[in-house]
Amino acid sequence: MSAISASEKVDGFTRKSMRKAQRQRKSQGSSQYRTQSAPVELSPLPQLKDAPSTEQQELFTQKLQQCCMLFDFLDSVTDLKSKEIKRATLNELVDYVSTNRGVLVESAYPEITDMICTNIFRTLPPSDNPDFDPEEDEPTLEASWPHIQLVYEFLLRFLENPDFQPSIAKRYIDQKFVLQLLELFDSEDPRERDFLKTILHRIYGKFLGLRAFIRKQINNIFLRFIYETEHFNGVAELLEILGSIINGFALPLKAEHKQFLMKVLIPLHTAKALSLFHAQLAYCVVQFLEKDPTLTEPVIRGLLKFWPKTCSQKEVMFLGEIEEILDVIEPTQFKKIQEPLFKQISRCVANPHFQVAERALYFWNNEYILSLIEENIDKILPIMFGSLYRISKEHWNPTIVALVYNVLKTLMEMNCTLFDELTSSYKADRQREKKKEQERDELWQKLEELRLSNSTLVQNNSHGLPSVQNNNNNNNNSNNNNSDAQDKSADAAADAALTVTTNNNDPAESATCAK
Amino acid sequence: MAGADGDDSLYPIAVLIDELRNEDVQLRLNSIKKLSTIALALGVERTRTELLPFLTDTIYDEDEVLLALAEQLGNFTMLVGGPEYVHCLLPPLESLATVEETVVRDKAVESLRKISQEHSPVDLEVHFEPLVKRLASGDWFTSRTSACGLFSVCYPRVSSTVKAEIRQHFRTLCSDDTPMVRRAAASKLGEFAKVLELDYVKSDIISLFTALASDEQDSVRLLAVEACVSIATLLPQEDLETLVMPTLRQAAEDKSWRVRYMVADKFSELQKAVGPEITKNDLVPAFQNLLKDCEAEVRAAAANKVKEFCENLPEDSREQIIMTHILPCVKELVSDTNQHVKSALASVIMGLSTILGKDNTIEHLLPLFLAQLKDECPEVRLNIISNLDCVNEVIGIRQLSQSLLPAIVELAEDAKWRVRLAIIEYMPLLAGQLGVEFFDEKLNTLCMAWLIDHVYAIREAATCNLMKLVEKFGAEWAQNTIVPKVLGMANDPNYLHRMTTLFCINALSEACGQDITTKQMLPVVLKMSNDQVANVRFNVAKSLQKIGPVLDSNALQTEVKPVLEKLATDTDMDVKYFAQEAISVLALA
Repeated sequence: MSAISASEKVDGFTRKSMRKAQRQRKSQGSSQYRTQSAPVELSPLPQLKDAPSTEQQELFTQKLQQCCMLFDFLDSVTDLKSKEIKRATLNELVDYVSTNRGVLVESAYPEITDMICTNIFRTLPPSDNPDFDPEEDEPTLEASWPHIQLVYEFLLRFLENPDFQPSIAKRYIDQKFVLQLLELFDSEDPRERDFLKTILHRIYGKFLGLRAFIRKQINNIFLRFIYETEHFNGVAELLEILGSIINGFALPLKAEHKQFLMKVLIPLHTAKALSLFHAQLAYCVVQFLEKDPTLTEPVIRGLLKFWPKTCSQKEVMFLGEIEEILDVIEPTQFKKIQEPLFKQISRCVANPHFQVAERALYFWNNEYILSLIEENIDKILPIMFGSLYRISKEHWNPTIVALVYNVLKTLMEMNCTLFDELTSSYKADRQREKKKEQERDELWQKLEELRLSNSTLVQNNSHGLPSVQNNNNNNNNSNNNNSDAQDKSADAAADAALTVTTNNNDPAESATCAK
Repeated sequence: MAGADGDDSLYPIAVLIDELRNEDVQLRLNSIKKLSTIALALGVERTRTELLPFLTDTIYDEDEVLLALAEQLGNFTMLVGGPEYVHCLLPPLESLATVEETVVRDKAVESLRKISQEHSPVDLEVHFEPLVKRLASGDWFTSRTSACGLFSVCYPRVSSTVKAEIRQHFRTLCSDDTPMVRRAAASKLGEFAKVLELDYVKSDIISLFTALASDEQDSVRLLAVEACVSIATLLPQEDLETLVMPTLRQAAEDKSWRVRYMVADKFSELQKAVGPEITKNDLVPAFQNLLKDCEAEVRAAAANKVKEFCENLPEDSREQIIMTHILPCVKELVSDTNQHVKSALASVIMGLSTILGKDNTIEHLLPLFLAQLKDECPEVRLNIISNLDCVNEVIGIRQLSQSLLPAIVELAEDAKWRVRLAIIEYMPLLAGQLGVEFFDEKLNTLCMAWLIDHVYAIREAATCNLMKLVEKFGAEWAQNTIVPKVLGMANDPNYLHRMTTLFCINALSEACGQDITTKQMLPVVLKMSNDQVANVRFNVAKSLQKIGPVLDSNALQTEVKPVLEKLATDTDMDVKYFAQEAISVLALA
């Protein structure tokens, strides 16, 4: 047993760092379902610049066809020569379309798009690490990047070529093309996603006929991400594109765009991996509000609905976004949402996690927000006062307590009389709340008793009926009944227990009996 | 009799509704969870006329509250007055079936499916089916998604005109332009096919199936594979070739690995559904391809199915197919680059020996087993060893013993305690197969070493293992080989090892019999009652209780009793407790 050290033996769970080190060995992935047979060896063609201009076009086409050959990059020893030839050819093609005018003749378009499609459109490989955490783990890089990168580069230069004609290209760069392009945004390789972002942006800019389609497909990707898989690597990149698309929306906003905001962008805030794309998401939301301030109320209500309950980091992000929104809010809109909003802020201020409390208290450093609060101090102070007052005495973190004192001071200066009133009525208010709570408990207790007496009644009535049916739906009700009753009184509990053991009859029957 | 009618003065609806509206989500949630209590308080009449309309109007709430509501309403039939009023529950559930959050929607659909059974056929047509239609033609994808799950529950119980409408709606949803809806439809295709008349399966379902199976999104295509199993089961054999097979062949060669994975994963079901002839002609080559797939995920899924697939092959040609078609692929998988593939294979490969019989196993499979026993990945080796019993039945374990030993020794020292644990569990079986001599020579040291492992679970398993070995090899063997070693540990400086001695004695006393227990074990246990560590002392008490029944009454009275009485006055309360317990169980008081 000497081979393994004692410490290793004690810990059956290998440390994460070790597992990671193992994983790193294969940090490249690639997936090409090869229907084609083994690659044929490529032989170099003459340089384009050396060919006479009459033959250039023909040579260009040949080179494009040559680049349709795919190679296995996970196997780093095979086809080295051909791989190098393809790489050099791709480089030459990139150069050719970016520096020369008049090379994009109509007949070249299908050859060009064919080469691009063959190379970049592929089913992405299964993730090497099933619980890939984009924040912690190294992404799996695309193994065939030496070629794919050049193909992306070529596509970009093709789109940006001054001779590029969307009217011809739209036959090839169509809905199917865009759909496949969008699926590639799920690539784990950030270099690939970056290229895709620029390319999709160009396509959106040049093909007016595809715009609505692109938006709709992005919609679908997001909805799938939110409600089905919770996994998509390219959310941030797509949001970045959308940010500039939203910027260009005409006013008044179409219903479609508003729906996108409310049904897609707002629910995106619920994602577990929000931190990966929150900056871009918040930018999109603020863009919308700058376009159309009347959306402020539904947006803030939406955010309040999805306010994080257990994740403090996300709560900090939400507060950041609220501040960004408040920076551009119109005073009339502010009035509409101030009550629900400040109820939430007051809860945040009282949050035991000091980063959340701190982030919320920082609102009082923002001049514009301060002016809004001052204007509405009569409404806001009563909402905030309870939490602030309590926190100033109870919070564990001295920085928070200090911040709270400053905030209380600022608020007091805004309306001294109201502040004094609230201070003096604080105790009475708390007591009133307590009493209300007590009343609620009593109400529920009465309801429980009622239910109890109901089932006892049932039991008495149905003594004579030996029960046959066990498959009633409400069996669980009588069980709940039993467990609740135990807290109440021993007698009642005994009754209820009896009910459960002897009373298996159908509830329909019981109800009629009770009547 | 207040209950059934409700009591206005005590429980005005306003108060209850206030509770459901409370600002605190947690309180709202609590109230919703007790919705049945509220309904009971209100009585069936007011539940129908006041509570349900209120609930229908408050659908904009936290998803958590809505989820609880959706669940409650599925059990509400009696609270609204029984099956004749059950349709009152439809409006709130309809709204819930359209919300965005998937879990809420799914729960609402589940509840709707449940209460659909409580509708009379007339109510089903008057109330339920129109709801399904509304959902199916909703604007937002969520309601259409929900509708997909409701067709199959109402179809069997409605008139033929309504049936035609339902089929039409389902068709429309299968070609919906949001992939979410197509996915929902594809996942319900099999279920829906089952309730349809055979003619409509052929005319309607097949075309939908074909279309979904060639959808542009792989997430839709892979769901069609699942439906394929149900559909193939429904159709008569002669139609399968034309109606199902083209699609299945295409799925097995899909360009997306997810679809191919699904085919591999469902292979046994597919095989049963299409029958022996098609299996021979089509599935065998398809399976070969999956075993050679370029994506490790697919190969692993296929490797997992090797045994089941071979078992279910038609008997007349089984051996020939395995030998010429499957085995060559399996041989390649043994040296696959991916450890998950190898380990999936290792977990089933031994099963092939029963199918192929002794000669083939020795000639063809044995080299593969041996290769896997030497694999670099412990999981692969372990999977082979775990399934040794299959081979044993066919060729006996001796064939393997030479290669087995190094593999076992290495696994016995693996850094992962779960691997060590697994190998311990196979020791008794191995010992039985290999015989006492081989065992003493090669494995005994391992078994003893586990007793001082750093992980408790291993020490515990090792103890249990010793007991099973003694049961196999007999008391005499125990006395000569293991008892001295176990008792030696009683003087170990580490109290955990001293306790292991006690645990071993607990396990071994019965198997070793009265003589060994009284003469050899008991003195050691009694001596340990003076141990410094309280844990050892109370385990002495527990051990005495355990071995008491094996001892004769003389030893109990003269030796055990005084020691227990002393322990019962120990300073440590746990020692006292267990000593007293032992005294009373052994009736020594």
